[in-house]
Amino acid sequence: MSNHTQPMNDIKLDETSACINHSEKKESIFSLVKYAFIGMLFGIVFVKAEIISWFRIQEMFKFQSFHMFGVIGTAVTVGIISVAIIKKYNIKTIQGEKIIIVPKPFTKGQIYGSLLFGLGWAMTGACPGPIFAQIGSGLMSGFVILASALLGTWTYGFFQEKLPH
Amino acid sequence: MFEIIESLKAPWAWYVAGAVIGLIVPALLIIGNKTFGLSSNLRHICAACFPANIKFFKYNWKNELWNLFFVAGIMIGAFIATHYLSNSNAIIINENLKSTLTNLGITDFQHLMPSELFSFNSLSSIRGFVLMVVGGFLVGFGTRYANGCTSGHAIMGLSNLQWPSLVATICFMLGGFIMTNFILPFILQFN
Repeated sequence: MSNHTQPMNDIKLDETSACINHSEKKESIFSLVKYAFIGMLFGIVFVKAEIISWFRIQEMFKFQSFHMFGVIGTAVTVGIISVAIIKKYNIKTIQGEKIIIVPKPFTKGQIYGSLLFGLGWAMTGACPGPIFAQIGSGLMSGFVILASALLGTWTYGFFQEKLPH
Repeated sequence: MFEIIESLKAPWAWYVAGAVIGLIVPALLIIGNKTFGLSSNLRHICAACFPANIKFFKYNWKNELWNLFFVAGIMIGAFIATHYLSNSNAIIINENLKSTLTNLGITDFQHLMPSELFSFNSLSSIRGFVLMVVGGFLVGFGTRYANGCTSGHAIMGLSNLQWPSLVATICFMLGGFIMTNFILPFILQFN
């Protein structure tokens, strides 16, 4: 599917999941507020489309409702079209830089990790974004889930080099 | 004007939500060359607060501050939506799901999460503890192991037609399907 070749093989795993795709330009704290605005819009959608609801996630995995499939399907479609337009017309960032999307290289960890993630997603009804939305929404369980998720991420970091990838 | 506000207060349709989420992908690219992905924030918080000299957490997390601003925005947006853009109607839930859950002693269908499972009090029940603590742990561990979550793989990765993200998305769904249909009915019995 990918139309990129993968020049990533020589990059170590711990460098691939963060810090590879940001703009060269330093942004001031004030300039970072624009990301908070987009996040805010996202948070409103999370709540208003009930994406943070445990019930909606249950319905999805029991095929009892089309709602979540519709949300994800539309988002992916709009995303694919948007990225295609950006590439076709070579659209630049507002700072005038070329837009670069570094593809994530495949590892077997994506299979093991994604399966584990799926189990947790169905249990909590929340993936990482909705955890923060649950907290903002005043659901106290969000704090417990966030603390547990941080412990999970930390544990991954601790054992990273011993895990099969 | 009144009607616009009233329709904003009703639950939003899937195509509205999906379109807005999809547009976050080009918005982040255009305003700052950022790829959409939320789970890295869990790593950044670990790196900022509990690095413990672990190699995986030794990087300059301050370069990723934009993403922490992004999640701060999510919290603010969720707060606004909950307090100023909601009506008092109960959430509409599939009747089959309702009866399955009622049989398991879950009867709070008023809110986004059932309080019998997701509250501080339910932490002392086996099922509440397993769902929140074990479930949360799996989310945090799995997403880092998978190098992305629903936003980074299913939305961003698929938008860029990356096949590893398709593999990840299929595995997310498979894991969720197995949990919901085969494991959760067992866990939910332990009140």
